[in-house]
Amino acid sequence: MNSMTKTSNPAELADISKRVRRHIIEMITAAKSGHPGGSLSATEIVVSLFFDIMKHDPANPKWSDRDRFILGKGHACPVLYSVMAECGYTPIDQLNTFRSLGSIYQGHPDVRFIPALEASTGSLGEGLSVGLGMALAAKMNGSPARTFVMIGDGESQEGQIWEAAMFGAFHKVDNIVCIVDFNKIQLDGFVRDILSLDPLIDKWKSFGWHVIDINGHDIAAVQKAFHEAENTKGIPTCIIANTIKGKGVSFMENNPKWHGTAPSKEECELALKELV
Amino acid sequence: MPVSTKYELKLGPATREAFGKALVELGHKNPDVVVCDADLSKSTYTAFFAKEFPARFIQCGIAEANMVAIGSGLSAAGKIAFVSSFSAFVINKGFEQLRVTAAYPNVNLKVVGTHSGISIGEDGPSQMSIEDMSLACNLPGFTVLAPCDEVSMKAVIHVAGEHFGPVFVRAGRVKAATVYTPGTEFPIGGSHELLSGTDVAILANGLLVAEAIRAAETLDAEGISARVIDIYSVKPIDRAAIERASKECGAIVVAEEHLKDTGIGTRVAQVAAETHPCLMEFVGVDNTYAESGTPEAVIEKYGLLAKDIVIAVKKVLARKR
Repeated sequence: MNSMTKTSNPAELADISKRVRRHIIEMITAAKSGHPGGSLSATEIVVSLFFDIMKHDPANPKWSDRDRFILGKGHACPVLYSVMAECGYTPIDQLNTFRSLGSIYQGHPDVRFIPALEASTGSLGEGLSVGLGMALAAKMNGSPARTFVMIGDGESQEGQIWEAAMFGAFHKVDNIVCIVDFNKIQLDGFVRDILSLDPLIDKWKSFGWHVIDINGHDIAAVQKAFHEAENTKGIPTCIIANTIKGKGVSFMENNPKWHGTAPSKEECELALKELV
Repeated sequence: MPVSTKYELKLGPATREAFGKALVELGHKNPDVVVCDADLSKSTYTAFFAKEFPARFIQCGIAEANMVAIGSGLSAAGKIAFVSSFSAFVINKGFEQLRVTAAYPNVNLKVVGTHSGISIGEDGPSQMSIEDMSLACNLPGFTVLAPCDEVSMKAVIHVAGEHFGPVFVRAGRVKAATVYTPGTEFPIGGSHELLSGTDVAILANGLLVAEAIRAAETLDAEGISARVIDIYSVKPIDRAAIERASKECGAIVVAEEHLKDTGIGTRVAQVAAETHPCLMEFVGVDNTYAESGTPEAVIEKYGLLAKDIVIAVKKVLARKR
């Protein structure tokens, strides 16, 4: 595996994002199941983290001072697998074994199959707490390592998210960043119709977090938010990333159908034509 | 001729207090040990650790699910995290988190549930844990230990700290009868034969170990030779000791402060069935929730005393003949 080349250039990160979106579509099509919508909405954020913001080394995945990323919304693992493969952690040419027996690319992130993953997720609401534990460990060790946890908006309906939110602010865990992939859609429909989170920004503020409200597809804004988080001391940061579910594929955008439906071969081809 | 047992069964500290003291010892031994509690540190005795190592103690408030996952995160990042609360709370409210953040990824998390069983007494069923051993055994990869006294609890906490992998340790609220002498070892997967015997084997753990010894003394006076085994390692379980007991005694009684339908009795029966089946009887909480009362009154009403073990022994021996 090649060592990765990092970049802070938004145009280059956008190019990587496009490749990642193609992987997402292809692997879910090959698997005939999976979650394209929430993978596509998270793409620029996960790409920016792994290719620009985070200090990590695919050649030394257990480096003790590495920054860590946890995908709380584990069903969006196609984006994480694609980005980690592009970084060189895992083989790109096996992405299309996703969800098949024996594949390292399990249906939800599983550390038994990819030890470079920081946590096994899939049951919603738990990743932020695990990330807080890791962030606390870094603080106790005097390590500069930061922890990044991406959660879903639907996932934010879990009570444990708010236990974790209370905990993070009270314990001043300022080396963690929670990113809410606020794509406004969950499996059964629009979040506002299922169990509204409004006012989401006020909720995080009132729980004691520094809140940054951005367009999660604007790479420059994503980079700026992570730098602002790094410079925010004494309280943890929550980035509310306003995103579009299914972003990048016109017929998938903003349509609850694509939360957890695999494209057909024809739909896959249509999607890939848009991702060039 | 009655056996003169070496067991005075003198009351010592509760196993929860022994746990609290052992944590401090372990904390001195290993700087990676950290402790989380959910607003019960004065009751679980993790307050001892908090006082000695304030920077390594994390107060999580009354949020057990979050606490378990925080502990998993700490351990996944290289710490040895002990999370503790009443067994009823940490196991039941934290079960999903124990499953997904600790068992499934095989994280080096240690879980200590205090106030287990019904001997918590006055607080009543909402605080009583009668399903914790069963639930913990339902977590693949977890080691499950249920020591009975101060010596065994202290040893088990050190064993848990040295073992890599998730561990659940069961502790009680009430003062525990002293069974062991310091220096006794408690390896994972082991058991201790406390009294030898050939007519029946009584397998017990936790609070019921002392009751089993008392029952064996009563039976001895009636000419019944009862072997008593402390089956402190619930998972993995000492298969050889169970097979031997079954072969050599031909009858087994299992006694536990737990629902008898899902507790260690079912595990012992499974091992006997797989190795050398024998007649069995079970002493435990019988498909019910208990109630408030003094620990002594509750234990008596719900049938967890030596006399209940004696009745079960006579029942199984009647079937044997």
